[in-house]
Amino acid sequence: MAMQASEIERLIREALPDAQVEIKDLAGDGDHYAAVVVSSAFKGKSRVQQHQIVYGALKGQMGGELHALALQTSAPE
Amino acid sequence: MANVQEQIAQEIAGSDVVLFMKGTPQFPMCGFSSQVVQILDYLGVPFKGVNVLDDEGIRQGIKEFSNWPTIPQLYVKGEFVGGCDIVREMFQAGELAAHFKDNGVPVAEAANS
Repeated sequence: MAMQASEIERLIREALPDAQVEIKDLAGDGDHYAAVVVSSAFKGKSRVQQHQIVYGALKGQMGGELHALALQTSAPE
Repeated sequence: MANVQEQIAQEIAGSDVVLFMKGTPQFPMCGFSSQVVQILDYLGVPFKGVNVLDDEGIRQGIKEFSNWPTIPQLYVKGEFVGGCDIVREMFQAGELAAHFKDNGVPVAEAANS
């Protein structure tokens, strides 16, 4: 099972419309991704909370259909 | 037999540093769990590894407990610190060693810089 990078990006943008999203397919297998997400929604939030917001946007796919998504989150400067 | 959420709470309360992981600290069964073990070993921090592959109830239960969908998960003094990405990011920034010291968990001298 795998997910397209475009689908991951779409789900994140749906939840965080202002987000800058950059996704890399690490292994070329559609299963191991790295994402950099920058959104004002992360302002004042802890790293754990920021990642939880992204996982929430992915609607339970993370850990299931999506095996590995290395996340780096931050608020815009 | 306590329910799974109570069992998890007891594990977390039972040790200063608890890592829910795939495999054991000696034989991690997943690259992400292995990375966190290496970081903790480098810092010389004693920790308890809980192998979620041994217990399907804990494997699913910890995800609900922490509201976090993936393994590994690191707890320090009862507080969820993060998964592999956050632990690595904190380690690289020197924040992880500081976090341990702030919580009264000794860090190896060699790791101080």
